[in-house]
Amino acid sequence: MTARFAATALNLSNYRAEKRYRLMLFSMTAMLVLPVLIILSILVIRGAPMISFEFLFEFPRAGMTEGGIYPALLGTIFIVLVDLVFAMPIGVAAAIYLSEYAPDNWLTRAINLAIINLAGVPSIVHALFGVGAFVIFFQFGTSILAAALTVAIMTLPLVIVATRESLQAVPHAFREACWSMGATRWQTIFTVILPNAISGILTGLILEVSRTAGETAPIMFTGAAFFLPFLPESVFDQTMALSLHLFVVSTQVPNVPEALPFGVALVLIGIVLIMNALSIVFRSYLRGKKKW
Amino acid sequence: MVTEPSRTKVLEVRDLSIAYGAKTAISGLHLDVFENEIFGIIGPANSGKTSFLRAINRMDAFDSAMKVRGSLRFMSTEVASWRNDYALRRQIGVVFPLPVGLPMSIYDNVAFAARLRGVRKKQQLDEAVERCLTRAALWDEVKDRLDSLGSQLSGGQQQRLTIARALSQEPTLLMLDEFSIAVDPVTTMRIEDVLKELKQEMTIILVTNLVQQAERLADRTAFFLNGELVEIGETEHLFNGQTKDQRTTDYLEGRFG
Amino acid sequence: MAEKSAVPSRLDQRDASWFIDKLFQVLMFVGGISAVIFIIGIFVFITKEGLAFLFEGFSFLEFFGSINWRPTSTNPTYGALALIVGTASITGVAILVAIPFSIGAAVYISEFATGKTKETLKVLVELLAAIPSVVWGFIGLSIMNEFIIEVFDVPIGLNVLNAGIILGLMAAPIMTTIAEDALKAVPDKYREAAEAMGATRWQIIRQVVLPAAKNGLVSAVLLGVGRGFGETMAVLMASGHAINIPTSPFDSVRALTATIAAELGETAQGSEHYGALFALGIFLFLITFIINLAADLVVRGIRKK
Repeated sequence: MTARFAATALNLSNYRAEKRYRLMLFSMTAMLVLPVLIILSILVIRGAPMISFEFLFEFPRAGMTEGGIYPALLGTIFIVLVDLVFAMPIGVAAAIYLSEYAPDNWLTRAINLAIINLAGVPSIVHALFGVGAFVIFFQFGTSILAAALTVAIMTLPLVIVATRESLQAVPHAFREACWSMGATRWQTIFTVILPNAISGILTGLILEVSRTAGETAPIMFTGAAFFLPFLPESVFDQTMALSLHLFVVSTQVPNVPEALPFGVALVLIGIVLIMNALSIVFRSYLRGKKKW
Repeated sequence: MVTEPSRTKVLEVRDLSIAYGAKTAISGLHLDVFENEIFGIIGPANSGKTSFLRAINRMDAFDSAMKVRGSLRFMSTEVASWRNDYALRRQIGVVFPLPVGLPMSIYDNVAFAARLRGVRKKQQLDEAVERCLTRAALWDEVKDRLDSLGSQLSGGQQQRLTIARALSQEPTLLMLDEFSIAVDPVTTMRIEDVLKELKQEMTIILVTNLVQQAERLADRTAFFLNGELVEIGETEHLFNGQTKDQRTTDYLEGRFG
Repeated sequence: MAEKSAVPSRLDQRDASWFIDKLFQVLMFVGGISAVIFIIGIFVFITKEGLAFLFEGFSFLEFFGSINWRPTSTNPTYGALALIVGTASITGVAILVAIPFSIGAAVYISEFATGKTKETLKVLVELLAAIPSVVWGFIGLSIMNEFIIEVFDVPIGLNVLNAGIILGLMAAPIMTTIAEDALKAVPDKYREAAEAMGATRWQIIRQVVLPAAKNGLVSAVLLGVGRGFGETMAVLMASGHAINIPTSPFDSVRALTATIAAELGETAQGSEHYGALFALGIFLFLITFIINLAADLVVRGIRKK
C-alpha cells in the first residue's frame, strides 16, 4: 500500500515537472515568434496609411520626402528578373550534377563546401567581389547586370539546396528502371526525374525571388543607386531598388515624413512574405499530389 | 557440362568476378546461355544472382562501387566494349523483384522504350502499347484507363506493366529477377504462361527464389551459392536427382536457403 | 562456333541521344563546379583589390592592435581593433539572445509539438528567417530605438544592445531550424528505450536527446556566430555606427561589415582607403570561412558516429 502510494507521488511530481518544462519551452518558442509578430503589426499600422496607388506608381519628389516608390519597385523587379536568368539555370544544373552525377570524391566534397560558404560569406564581401569582378574587371560598370550577377552568386545555394532535395526525393528505383530500358542518364533526368522534382525547383525559384528582392548590401555598390530621376533602359544602366530605398529614406535623407519609410518597409516585407507564404502553400499543395 | 556447339550462344561468361568495394559478389563465373532458352538461376539470398544480371546490362556504369572483371560476351561482343552502352541496354529487358511503375501514365510507361528508339507516330505507338500489354496479360484490366498513373496500379498489375515495358523494348534477352515476390499466385501463373510463349522469340534468364518455378519453366538451371556457380545442367536432370554436387541436392530438397 | 559479328554494327551506334547525354553531362558538371569557381573567384577578386594595400599601407600591429580607424585624416591610420570588438560584442549579445530561444523552440517543435501546431510553428520560423536584413535594420532604427530609450532611460538607443537583439532575432530562426534538424536526427529508438524504462519526456530530452544531438546544436550556434559576423545592413543601421570600445551594452559601436558598407561609396577605386576596405573584406571572408568549415566538420562528426 505504502509502496504504491509512493510511486504515485513520484509520478505526480514527475508529471508536474513535465508540465512545467513543457510550458517553459512553449513560452520560449512564443518569445521567438511574438516579438516579430508585434513588430510586424507595428509596421503594418504605421506603414499602411502610406500605401496608395500614387505611392506605388509615382516617382519620388522633393528630395525623396514626397511622392512614391515606382522606380525603386520597378528596379527591384528588373534585378530579380536578371538574377533569375543566371541563378536558376546554374543552380538547377549544380543540383542535378550533385544529385545525379557526382561520385563520392574530393571534388564533390569541395563543391558542397563551396555551397555552404557561398551562403555563409557575408553579403558585404559578396558586394566587394561584385565590385572587383563585375563592375571593374568585366567592365559592366555599376549596372543592373553587375548587381544581379552579384546577388545571383550569393543566393545560388538557395536554388541548389531546394532543387537537390526534391531530386533526391525521387525514388532510386525509377532511375534504375529507366536506365535498364536503355534511356541515357539525361533522358532519365529529363523525362522522369525533373518532372517529379518540379515542385522543389519552383519552391527554389520563389525563395530566390524573395531573397533577391530583400538583399541590400550586395547591390548597393554594384548597380543600385540612391536616386535616379529616370528608369533604366538596359541591363547596363543603374537602377533604384526597394531595399536600398528603405535604407536611404530611413538614414540618408533629412526631413523625411515619419510614415514614409514605414510604407517602404511594408511594401518590401509584403513582397518577401507573400513570396514565402506562396512557396509554403505551394509545397503543401504538391505534397498532397504525390504520384507514388 | 551440357554443351551443344550447334546452338547460338547469346551470352558467354568466362571467369567473371564482381565486387562492390572490398566485398566480392561473384567470383570465377563460367557459363553460356543459348538462344531461345529459358535459363534458370536459383540460389539463396546473397548468392550473387542479381549482381550477375546487373553486370550483363552494364549497370556498373551507374554504380562507381561496382567493379566487374573477366569476360562477358553478349551476342559475341564483350559488353564492356560496346561503344554505346545505352544501345546495349535497349537490347536487354529487365524485370525487377519489386515492381516499378514509372510515375507517368500506363500508356507512357509502355511507349517509353519505343519513344527512346525514335518512334513518334501515334498509330505505331498505339499498336505497340496494345500488343505489349496484351502479351503481359494486362490489357483487359487497363485498356479503359491508359491515362492513369502507372505507379498507382496494384503490385501485381505494376509487375505486369513492368513486363509489358520490358517487352516493348523488343529485347534479344529478357532478364527476370525474382519477379513473383510481390505478385499473387494466380498472376504468377499467368506470367509463367506468357514466358513459355515468349521463349520462341527471345532468350530468357529467370532468376528465382522458388525452386519449383525453375523446375516448371527453365530448360537449363544454374545453382549459385556465395558468389560461385555450384552446378549447371538440364533442369530435368537436376530435379531427377542427377546432381554432381551434394549442396545442390540439399538446396533443391529444401535443406537450406 | 559463334560468328564474329553477331552484334550488327547498326545496333552499336553512338546516336544523337548518346551525344546529347554527353553534352548535358558536361553542362551539369559546369553547373556543379561553378560553386567552387565562384568561391575561389570571390577570394581572388577581393585579394586582388586589397593586395596593394596589404603590401603598402598595411601594418599587422596597427590593424589588429589599434582602435584608430581614420582612413580620411591627413595621416590616415587603419586600426581595426574597435571594429573587431564592435562586431564581436554585437555577435556576443546576439548569441546570448538567440541560444535560449532557438534551442528552446527547437526542442519544443521537435519533441512536444505535434500535427497542426508543429506545422504552424515551423512555417512561422521559416517566415521569420525570410525578413530582409534592411527591414531588420529599419526596425532597429525606429521601433527598437524608441523602445530602448524609453525602457532603459538612455539618451541613444542605437547601441550594442539594439543591434545584438536585432541580430539575435535574425539568427534565431536559422539556429532553430538547424537545431531542430539535429534533434530530429536522433533515432526514435533511443527515446523508446528510455521511455520503456519509465523516464518522463523531459528526462528523455535532457539525458538522452540533447546529449545525442550535441554536435548539431554546437554547429547551430557556430552558424549563428557566422551569421553575426557577416550581417551588414541591420548592424549598420542599429549599432549607432560609432568607433568605440564598448564598456556597456548601451554604448554605440561600429562593425566590420558596416564600415565597408558605409565607406566604400566614398572611396576612389585603387586608393589606400579603398584597399583597406577590401582588406577588411579579406579578414571577414577568412573568419566566416573558418566558422562555416568548423560548423560543417562538427556536423560531419555526428554522421560518422
